[in-house]
Amino acid sequence: MSMIVSSIGQGLLWAILGIALFLTFRILDFPDMTVEGTFPLGAATAVTAIAHGMNPYAATLLAFVTGAAAGLITGLLYTKGKIPILLAGILVMTACLSVNLRIMGSANVSLLGKQTIFSGHFLQSLPKYFDSVFIGLVVILIVTVLLILFLQTNLGQAFIVTGDNRIMARSIGINTDNMTMMGLMVSNGMIGMGGALIAQNNGYADVNMGIGIIVIALASIIIGEVVFGELTLNQRLVAVTLGSILYRFVLLIVLQLGFSTNDLNLLSAIILAVCLMLPQLSKKLHLNQVLKKGVAKYDEN
Amino acid sequence: MTKTETPLLSLKNIVTKVNVNTPNEVMILRHLNLDIYAGDFITVLGSNGAGKSTLFNTISGELPVNDGRIQLKDHDITHLSVEKRTAFLARVFQDPKMGTAPRMTVAENLLLASQRGKRRTLRLRRLKQSLPHFKALAATMNNGLSERLSTATESLSGGQRQALSFLMATEQHPDLLLLDEHTAALDPKTSAELMTQTNQRVTQEKLTCLMITHHLDDALKYGNRLIVLDQGQIKYDVRGAEKAALTKDKLLSFFDTIE
Repeated sequence: MSMIVSSIGQGLLWAILGIALFLTFRILDFPDMTVEGTFPLGAATAVTAIAHGMNPYAATLLAFVTGAAAGLITGLLYTKGKIPILLAGILVMTACLSVNLRIMGSANVSLLGKQTIFSGHFLQSLPKYFDSVFIGLVVILIVTVLLILFLQTNLGQAFIVTGDNRIMARSIGINTDNMTMMGLMVSNGMIGMGGALIAQNNGYADVNMGIGIIVIALASIIIGEVVFGELTLNQRLVAVTLGSILYRFVLLIVLQLGFSTNDLNLLSAIILAVCLMLPQLSKKLHLNQVLKKGVAKYDEN
Repeated sequence: MTKTETPLLSLKNIVTKVNVNTPNEVMILRHLNLDIYAGDFITVLGSNGAGKSTLFNTISGELPVNDGRIQLKDHDITHLSVEKRTAFLARVFQDPKMGTAPRMTVAENLLLASQRGKRRTLRLRRLKQSLPHFKALAATMNNGLSERLSTATESLSGGQRQALSFLMATEQHPDLLLLDEHTAALDPKTSAELMTQTNQRVTQEKLTCLMITHHLDDALKYGNRLIVLDQGQIKYDVRGAEKAALTKDKLLSFFDTIE
């Protein structure tokens, strides 16, 4: 039971990354590698700030700001420097490795004995792992509601259309460069904040904690899409969170099967690859017809 | 016929090159001069490579000019960005896919276009309040578009999509409308329908419009002015009664002289 609660908690906390990546990967329609650098950047910023006595909430917000700053740099390289987005992301991600070491001063920093977001009286009174469920729920709720509202504004619509049809967006007076930079800033800010929360939940920050992040975030997006199918934009945002939790369940099952945590990156990549190939596989194997026929049979009875 | 009023848009001695500073540098517009007056409905003819699309891209700001000046009434807009120019300029592309956002609905597209050239703020978009207006607007196209306001535009037919692009371009009464062979990708019947709607809306709303076409019949039938582009210059420019008196044979014989 506690394993399941832990998975839900982890799924909720990691869903922040999925939603953040949704903004660039699905709405702006490009893969942003920066996240592999901004996730540990946010963690390093928050953990170092907390270790120096900063309020954990302020430290988490600071992580958002540093993440957004890194996103801005990727955006400038891409829009003004005309560097392809994949390369721009990789450049900033690589630079972050050094920056993170500078910030932390060593390869990892522990939060042992420090006040974090998770060490309040109320959270400590909850049963084990319920603290991450609570914090995860609150943060996801705030982030999702804010994003849904934002996407309904004129600015939000201009942001969506930038990813949908850049030429048309420009032809009605939308500065697509600014929209792209805004998206990268908000997305990477959220990734930085996610890094800060997850580091506080783990009790430490490590320079290598960003490896494979993009695959995990993509997995929650893709699993949500595969499981829930055709949805409106707002529903898709919620589906990311559910996808993130489902992904944790899959990992839980895999670990129960006897794989070690060292295999997780390999397994994550395999899960994502299978999900991405599902549309092709279902076409090849006529999965849709088989499934529909199966349902139809039950309907007749 | 001469006009003494100031032109709405004036192109002075425009030189536009592509592939500048490369061995493939080509001068497309060669010291082109054109005065467009408010209310002009100009049909633009010219063979492939004459510079018609370059002319449009120069007016819209997609291509920077290498020499010359573009003036909107009293303002020099030679170096104004594409986004800023959309405040007074709207454009319909030849490809129906280019003018609309595929994953957004018809109503969402219309709403986005109704904010043409304005600052996009954090105000709620208020889609519901605009729906009756959009429905009436779409109904003017007589092609079932008004029934599909909440359909994603990628599921529309090419004709409906292009009609939507046209509505999006004209809804805000732009000072200048550029139609870049906007009916060329459609079947003959749909193309003729959109052309009729175009003529009706442009004349009713007194829009100033440049329309590129390869159909001599359309070029003669519509508009009050006709220009022919050749080798980056305007070689022929007729308006009013003179244009009305122009025949297809005369036009064809003119084309023979420039080739």
